Amino acid sequence: MTQDAMAADPVVAVAPPGQPPPPLLRRLWGTPAIYMGLVLLVLVGFFALMRPDTFPTPFNFRNILLDASTLLVVSVGMTYVMIAGGYDLSVGSVLVFAGISGALAMDAVGGNGVGVVVLGVVVALLGGLAWGLFNGFCIAYLRVPPLITTLGSMGAALGIADLMTGGNDVRSVPDGVIAVGSSAILGIPTIVVVAGVVTLVGGIWLHMTRFGRYTFIVGSNAEAGRRAGIDVSRHTMILYGLSGMLAGLAGMLSLARFATTTIEGHSMEPLQSITAVVLGGTSLFGGVGTVAGTVVGVFLPAVLQNGFVIMDVEPFWQAVVIGFVVIAAVYVDQLARRRRDRT
Amino acid sequence: MSDAPLLEARGVMKRFGHVEALSGVDFQAHAGQVTALIGDNGAGKSTFVKIMSGAMRADSGEILVEGRPVQFGSPQDAHAAGIETVYQDLSVAPDLAPPANVFMGRELLRAGWLGRLGFLDKPAMRKQSEDAFHRLQVTLKDIDAPIASLSGGQRQSVTICRSVLFAKRILFMDEPTAALGVVQTRRTLDLIRRIRDLGIAVVLISHNMRDVLEVADLVEVLRLGRRVARLRGPDATLQDLVGAMTGGVAP
Repeated sequence: MTQDAMAADPVVAVAPPGQPPPPLLRRLWGTPAIYMGLVLLVLVGFFALMRPDTFPTPFNFRNILLDASTLLVVSVGMTYVMIAGGYDLSVGSVLVFAGISGALAMDAVGGNGVGVVVLGVVVALLGGLAWGLFNGFCIAYLRVPPLITTLGSMGAALGIADLMTGGNDVRSVPDGVIAVGSSAILGIPTIVVVAGVVTLVGGIWLHMTRFGRYTFIVGSNAEAGRRAGIDVSRHTMILYGLSGMLAGLAGMLSLARFATTTIEGHSMEPLQSITAVVLGGTSLFGGVGTVAGTVVGVFLPAVLQNGFVIMDVEPFWQAVVIGFVVIAAVYVDQLARRRRDRT
Repeated sequence: MSDAPLLEARGVMKRFGHVEALSGVDFQAHAGQVTALIGDNGAGKSTFVKIMSGAMRADSGEILVEGRPVQFGSPQDAHAAGIETVYQDLSVAPDLAPPANVFMGRELLRAGWLGRLGFLDKPAMRKQSEDAFHRLQVTLKDIDAPIASLSGGQRQSVTICRSVLFAKRILFMDEPTAALGVVQTRRTLDLIRRIRDLGIAVVLISHNMRDVLEVADLVEVLRLGRRVARLRGPDATLQDLVGAMTGGVAP
């Protein structure tokens, strides 16, 4: 017993105070964000070699980015929620609900000016926020598990969206919104720029602020956080609110891109988003994760899909490959945790 | 060392339904001393610690810090009075590094507008934690690795250092060695002595009579919600302690 204790707790030389923290790259080294990122680079290189005329073109990259934008925005919110140890199955329905709310509000006011577009965005954001806060309230204060709460609001939000439109898509989207959807800033589609800004701000906020730190603490040991004076319930509720609001923004981006609400088009969004977040190395058990990883996790399936189409491989293979890869990713995460916690 | 106690409790009562957990506990702890609080299961130790650390309210009785009466509505009130508590089950976020755990709930923010936006001052937190570890001669494998990769004893050291960094006057330690092996227990007891030497009043709650006899300057014995004995640590024997705890020997 004594011998074991000694072996498990060797006297190690302490680093003298003042040792600089390791640089960012070394801290990221060996994390899923890095090796999944390498896999992504290898994939891009592979497709570029196989189809040099069609894959590595500005037009194709632009398509991949556009396709991934709404999912990326939703997944940034999902990253926060999952680092805090939860998940949000309602994002697809909330996206649709927010898009319809925005479209109906703009329709009711009429016109094409900037004011109308801003109104639509605000209504969509508030609609998403409302659902998110409702989820958060049920989970944090009423203690209904996230699975049931967000499963319930997934059904309810879509049902209310259908009720608002009689089950038909809203097609009377103002030209102003469509103009934003087809515009570009410095050659990059505005939709992609918006998604990029959300991702960048989301990443900085998560890793550099107290709000982000609390998110990790809630997911790692909520009770410890409570004892340290953190209002865990309030923080949890805000996180779901954030997820809902970003789903609302994604609803507006989708509206701008397709010029119609897409009621039936987002049922897979929550699962795709959870897949992306997990592929990027965020732990299902909370406490661990990065936004950078989530970006990689969003683009892995997107690039695979695009590459398969270009190479005339049945695109259904994408679902098969990603399905097994996500299982493997969680297995590796479990393994790493077991090794780490063995002491 | 002055004679006036740094922390004093007078007639602290607490009922749960019709069970009287504490029936008028008196207690004193002095600066620069280790006061052990012992008692059998159900003697009321945990309830008493919760009340003294602000996690629970007493039904009646008085708490005085440096002779002044205080009211604790929350652990934050106790923190403000300079009282910190190391809990029995480790209150750490295992996925975060030691500095993040040390400053949990008390994060340092950057100066200026970045700080107002909530940006963390990570270098300052790392530096101050490092200094605290160094001062208490705690050695960690890697100050930037998640706590989960540390041994149980090192994890315990981190929680103790956290409390010491903020404990201006009084440190409660609820069974700090319960989950530790022999070597790690020894280190923790050494740590307790070093904290005492900083002039802090350490209150050690323990089941382990050997630990108590080794470090305690004073031993307060609880039985059935009452303080039944006060013993001077250096003079006490195992028989004295067990006798007082079980009521087998008149104190």
